[in-house]
Amino acid sequence: MSETIDPAAPSTPAENHRPQLVFGERWVYDPAPQSSDHVQLAERYGLFIDGEFVAPRSRRYFATSNPANEQHLAEVGQAGPADVDAAVSAARAAQQDVWGPMSPRDRSRYLFRLARLIQERSRELACVESLDGGKPIRESRDVDLPLAAAHVFYHAGWADKLQLAFPGSKTSPKGVVGQVIPWNFPLLMATWKLAPALACGNTVVLKPAETTPLTALLLGQIIEQAELPPGVVNILTGDGRTGAALVSHPGLDKVAFTGSTGVGKQIQRTLAGSGVDLTLELGGKAAHLVFEDAALDQAVEGVVKGIFFNQGHVCCAGSRLLVQESIHDVFVDKLLRRMERIRVGDPMDKNTDMGAINSGAQLARIQELVQCGVDEGAVMHQSSCTLPEKGFWFRPTVFTGVAMSHRIARDEVFGPVLSVLTFRTPEEAVEKANNTAYGLSAGIWTDKGARILWLAERMRAGVVWNNTFNRFDPASPFGGFKESGFGREGGRQGLEAYLRFHDDPFTQG
Amino acid sequence: MVSPAQPRVAAPVDAVALETRAAELATRSIKKEAKRCGLLLALTMTDLTTLEGRDSPGKVAALCRKAAHPAPGLPSVAAVCVYPDLVPTAVQALAGSSIAVASVATGFPSGRTSRALKLDEVRRCVDDGASEIDMVIDRGAFLAGYHEAVADEIAAVKQACGPAHLKVILETGELATYDNVRLASLIAIEAGADFIKTSTGKVKPAATMPVVLLMLEVVRDHYLATGKLVGVKAAGGISSAKLALRYLAMVNETVGDLWLTPERFRFGASSLLNDLAMQLARLDAGTYQRPDDFGKD
Repeated sequence: MSETIDPAAPSTPAENHRPQLVFGERWVYDPAPQSSDHVQLAERYGLFIDGEFVAPRSRRYFATSNPANEQHLAEVGQAGPADVDAAVSAARAAQQDVWGPMSPRDRSRYLFRLARLIQERSRELACVESLDGGKPIRESRDVDLPLAAAHVFYHAGWADKLQLAFPGSKTSPKGVVGQVIPWNFPLLMATWKLAPALACGNTVVLKPAETTPLTALLLGQIIEQAELPPGVVNILTGDGRTGAALVSHPGLDKVAFTGSTGVGKQIQRTLAGSGVDLTLELGGKAAHLVFEDAALDQAVEGVVKGIFFNQGHVCCAGSRLLVQESIHDVFVDKLLRRMERIRVGDPMDKNTDMGAINSGAQLARIQELVQCGVDEGAVMHQSSCTLPEKGFWFRPTVFTGVAMSHRIARDEVFGPVLSVLTFRTPEEAVEKANNTAYGLSAGIWTDKGARILWLAERMRAGVVWNNTFNRFDPASPFGGFKESGFGREGGRQGLEAYLRFHDDPFTQG
Repeated sequence: MVSPAQPRVAAPVDAVALETRAAELATRSIKKEAKRCGLLLALTMTDLTTLEGRDSPGKVAALCRKAAHPAPGLPSVAAVCVYPDLVPTAVQALAGSSIAVASVATGFPSGRTSRALKLDEVRRCVDDGASEIDMVIDRGAFLAGYHEAVADEIAAVKQACGPAHLKVILETGELATYDNVRLASLIAIEAGADFIKTSTGKVKPAATMPVVLLMLEVVRDHYLATGKLVGVKAAGGISSAKLALRYLAMVNETVGDLWLTPERFRFGASSLLNDLAMQLARLDAGTYQRPDDFGKD
């Protein structure tokens, strides 16, 4: 194995004389590009404050580009402290005068309208999501958009039934919420944050990620189209400084953040003692536990989806594979063979399975950690796929011979990199799975129902998937243990973060 | 009968994940030259089939002529598949062509007759000139756990086939679970099947994408372990070119080039052929022609 990583040189398969499959000579697919002719991007986007798009008071703009080819897409405003002030004031006024006093049934109707408009414009939104973020159109079309609409529909249903969600409790909205979301599922995370907040009667100032602001801005247009009262949702684009200005703004009642653990800790320090409520959804280093009695081909499929879905830019990605020692070789064989079949390339091609890395900065982070894996002595296996010349790309990568002490088994890579470790007994599997700073998700692969239940009880993780992975539903709460954060999103539990409970002396206020 | 001494158990299959993967492969977008290549491949993989009580020598002879010349400019199909009594007709009609004559046998479609009659039927078909035998397994014995009996019977039929190729029909619609499909596939392969085939076409569901995906995984693993290549035949319910291309994409990405040939992958179908011809004509002409522009034999 080479000592440095040359992205152009795939690792050579191990010498062996066993029968080999042959792929890709007899029948090669032609490009099947998704047309984006119907997508009309503006040259420049302002900030969405108090129901209209306005030029940033900072007068500064920054460019957003397509990570798959580094082409310029549009300029967006860099919101400064004065913009944050304006947005928070607009949200406060809207909460006090319109959205808060509004009948729950009317709030519900607005949300249903929003959900329907997201569905109507889903083709356009999916294209922009792939152009701005680098994810394959197949995923934005089949995963991001349907889930985003489903999340708004689900919470539209709760908006006039909150008393049923918490029987016997008297609740009221928190007030004005500042929400900061990541770049991996830009529109989906926007709806995860907005829908429960709005359903509970709050108003919002939302800050999308620096590298993926476009779908949030389109969502601003859709909010205009849905005629939501001005100020109910305000959208501020910008970099980390905008996020910092927003979360430390004294006019907020609650902050919700999804992103890296490092930034999450910083926000928690900023808000300590301020009386502002906080929920955090942070990083992960999820484990797949694959037992020898599992349905192996389907487990391989799940492990592949678990780590290579969305280029591995998934906080709950299954980045550690703990496989029972007795099937390690068989399983890794199947896994590497399957990895080789992942179609990496143009995100706008309908047959692409894995797209571009979201940014140059993220690519550098992945490269650094992968280099670290090589340096620490793990064995690197990479797909031999051809990568485009322009843009940010990284091969699907699997490390074998990894120890729990290696950095690639401990740090979140947030890229298409899987570390393989082994276990001998269920107890050892539990110990290794929980031996991490994180606790967002886990995947259990076994045909034994009793073992699933035994393991699920012992996993220190917010979500435990059994014989499946990365499955989301708006009705199912999602969130973390330990450094993966606190608070839940989705389900009845997800509403709690956006409500005050007046009958509980500890949360009264 | 006493209970079976040792029913076999195969490694489990997860239904949800298998179906998810098959559905995902069904979304491949096949355009331009890849589409032409796929349609031609599907055409050459077709076992043009007629299995009806009203089949007659005239009908079979016409079908054989269509098998050789599906439409102007198109290659011939892989085989013509008929009932045993029509084997001589098909052999005569296809004399001098490269098209194989396949016959269903062993008490098709139910298989509910004696071992002796089944073997006799197979020998007669081969003597009459059939070069491919599509047998049915004893699903009753399989579901009752008499897996050794099922294996014995397949091995005996294989022996009776002599030089003819043996396709073993699992009738997956009656086996009901994916675990059963995997076990039946393994039994058939071990007993000497040259092909494993999904269905008779007389039971619903017939071929489905998840079932064929599973069978492809079994033949792939068998090849990787032993170096022996076993074919897969998807039969029943595949009547559109679009669906055939979805199956081919699944073959392409699961087992690859070794199976992208009529030697290792077949479609058992009747109306599929005309849709393939129509889609190929559309690629040339740019517009669809009328269904009546293609001969219905």
